[in-house]
Amino acid sequence: MSNDRLDTTLSRRQFLHSTAAAGAGLVLGVHLPAKLSHAAATDAASGPFSPNAFIRITPDDIVTVIVKHIEFGQGPLTGLATLVAEELDADWGQVRGELAPADVTRFAHTLGPVQFTGGSTAMANSFMQMRKAGAAARAMLVEAAAAEWGVPVASVTVDAGRVKEIAGSRSKRFGELVAAASRLSPPTEVTLKKPEDFKLIGTHVPKLDTPSKTNGEAIYTIDVQRPGLLTALVAHPPRFGGKVKKLDDTKARQVAGVEDVKILPEGVAVYARGYWAAKQGRDRLDIEWDEAHAETRDSERVITEYRELAQEPGLPAGRRGDPDAALASAKTVIESEYVFPFLAHAPMEPLDCVIEKQGDRYEVWMGAQGASRDHTALADELGVPLEQVQLNIQLAGGSFGRRAQHKSQFAREAAHALQAIDGRAPIKLLWSREDDIRGGFYRPIYVHRLKGGLDADGKIVAWQQVIVGQSVQKGGALETMFIKDGVDLTSVEGAANLSYAVPNLDVSLHSPELGVPVLWWRSVGHTHTGYTSETFIDELLTAGGQDPVTGRLALLAEHPRHRAVLTAAAEMADWGSAPPEGRARGVAVHESFGTLVAQVAEVGRDAKGSPKVERVWCAVDCGLAVNPDIVKAQMEGGIGFGLGAALTGEITLAAGRVVQSNFHDYRPIRIDDMPHVEVRVLPSAKPPSGVGEPGVPPIAPAVSNAWAALTGNRFRRLPFRGARA
Amino acid sequence: MKLNVNGRERDVEVPEDTPLLWVLRDELQLTGTKFGCGIAQCGACTVHLDGRPVRSCMTAVGKVGEAKVTTIEGLSGRVTDAIQGAWHEIDVPQCGYCQSGQVMSAVALLTKSAKPSDADIEAAMKGNVCRCATYHRIRQAIRNASDSLEG
Repeated sequence: MSNDRLDTTLSRRQFLHSTAAAGAGLVLGVHLPAKLSHAAATDAASGPFSPNAFIRITPDDIVTVIVKHIEFGQGPLTGLATLVAEELDADWGQVRGELAPADVTRFAHTLGPVQFTGGSTAMANSFMQMRKAGAAARAMLVEAAAAEWGVPVASVTVDAGRVKEIAGSRSKRFGELVAAASRLSPPTEVTLKKPEDFKLIGTHVPKLDTPSKTNGEAIYTIDVQRPGLLTALVAHPPRFGGKVKKLDDTKARQVAGVEDVKILPEGVAVYARGYWAAKQGRDRLDIEWDEAHAETRDSERVITEYRELAQEPGLPAGRRGDPDAALASAKTVIESEYVFPFLAHAPMEPLDCVIEKQGDRYEVWMGAQGASRDHTALADELGVPLEQVQLNIQLAGGSFGRRAQHKSQFAREAAHALQAIDGRAPIKLLWSREDDIRGGFYRPIYVHRLKGGLDADGKIVAWQQVIVGQSVQKGGALETMFIKDGVDLTSVEGAANLSYAVPNLDVSLHSPELGVPVLWWRSVGHTHTGYTSETFIDELLTAGGQDPVTGRLALLAEHPRHRAVLTAAAEMADWGSAPPEGRARGVAVHESFGTLVAQVAEVGRDAKGSPKVERVWCAVDCGLAVNPDIVKAQMEGGIGFGLGAALTGEITLAAGRVVQSNFHDYRPIRIDDMPHVEVRVLPSAKPPSGVGEPGVPPIAPAVSNAWAALTGNRFRRLPFRGARA
Repeated sequence: MKLNVNGRERDVEVPEDTPLLWVLRDELQLTGTKFGCGIAQCGACTVHLDGRPVRSCMTAVGKVGEAKVTTIEGLSGRVTDAIQGAWHEIDVPQCGYCQSGQVMSAVALLTKSAKPSDADIEAAMKGNVCRCATYHRIRQAIRNASDSLEG
């Protein structure tokens, strides 16, 4: 679930309010969800000390932090554990991370009664909660030690995992205090550290999951083993909206290892001992599809329709001044149209789920990004109360938004697959790469039409923008929150709120319906608005004879954080110096999810004459960087992810069928196209904002602007290496 | 059919055309080797056959014969330590799913050529897709591992 507004307006205001005193060393009230069972820990003297839902300390001195945000590479396992360890004064070596199961009563987002990861909000929403959790545990350990030694709590401190007397010589390991601390009541208020006292926050703490992700030990959903497990593959309709009309499964059932074949609402499921038998079986299904309600258009036809729509203004999304008059009186008017393709998320681990019936209960293993929604959907489909479904959140092999679906379609498919065989065996529902690439839930096709006006001095006086494309929120769980007066705010984020001081602005939106399921894709609306805002401003500045960096800075007087990252990136790139022969530099700066990112790309030509990105300089302001190295990694990865999509990412439809099927024709970026990247994390005392998505939007426009500087040509159709670019 | 996997002889009863990947994962429960594409386009399933990196998703188990199969679980030795140490040092993995394959390809590269050029690194690693795009650090970690082996 990814959402700008979620992060930057409503909640951000509350968040800033509640964290105005963050780290000022003030006493703060604590109300934290408790551990699941109070009795268990207090009864057993040797049991763990669990002062709240987020921490478990065992007699062996291990501090396990229960992390309520799913880990798929963006770093919350380490980041959230760091917050606890900081306030607990634990030694990093004794800290472990564990993903929380789905349980909205304990692990809800601080924004509302849902457990989810998205909108680059994990760190922002956990920053105070996890610190308080750590501080509460610390206070209880101190109280336990003070009572045992018969001294006031003020004379006891904690340092690197040991509780000790400040003036005396007595000390105890955490593990030695587990039993005594378990008998105490959690504090109602705690004192948080001042930022100058941080020992772990702001440093490069080694990631907790690196070792297991380097030696093959990390367990993802696909790796979960259960006795008697069957692998299920589902044959889905070849066109979106199709249904099974007639099935002949004779040949499929003849494959050794195939145990059963069932029709599901989603298609036809083949159950087998192992993937290979299931695939052989699925390949031998003979299915006639009912395509009466299926989408049958070509994507090119859709684009043509959108281009026609873009000729007329849509619903108003953002307005300043009098853009019509300003355009009419402009000395120069520049018009431009941009076309963006469907994009698949294509996480490395295809969608998967292990689901098992255990008497009247169910246990499910899944990399659920929208944990509480999937949990509810599973219980609904299985026809049992929520309490009878245990959903274990697994490490996920990437997501980029794909594992958070409005209506939990994938979780429901898993429930249907289990029900169809009456739960007689645990199943592992696994999508093949082809299922994934052809499975829909894409970043929608968008067409933008822009008009800009310059006065006689080359000053930008008007900006008119019409955006056309499907809403990713329509019909979804967050529709009422994000669609206002018919405008999906996530379709226009990054455009309707253009940061540049253009006095006359008009941004409008058409949201046509299409029978292709769409979804948020890493950085959501910014995937296209970042491109149009940053390439069109570049084009207008260039036409007005202005330098791309100084021209932008002059229009960002009201935006000091934009100016700071832009200035830093320009300085890192030595902007203004001559690039190496055959190369040019381009720049882009964009805010998303409360984080500011500027990038300068140095671009040449590859052997085929298409853009080859050699170097990228990136400056980021994400508030306080809890782990600067993870911030850097997210910028590097965001640059690669965004660049790959810009160079070759494209899903097309031919008569409603998805043309691409796997990594040979939906081409991801590979190591030979990955530029050298330098990242600077700007120091900040503001509360942290997200980093999972904001690295993505600036790279495509920075490369495009460099290409324009190099060749005089601007890419108005993505991908850059596509046949129609 | 007999297979030599990570130095152990294993007996498996599967059709000969079954890809080695699914024998490792579904029959032998060696799940460190990952499924990513099924058509040798992503490298997540990379294992070594007699030290040579191959894509196990397109390697029929019947063709393996007496070749020694090494998976991520069975990697060991000086080059492995150097690669995994370099991976730890600069925290290469993000989601981590492709990293078994990346490590397998990197170990094979440095075993064959201790001092690879940037072009050698690209050629050896180009078949391994990382959707998190950790390539910048993969390149750096291979260089660091190479340097550490020299010293």
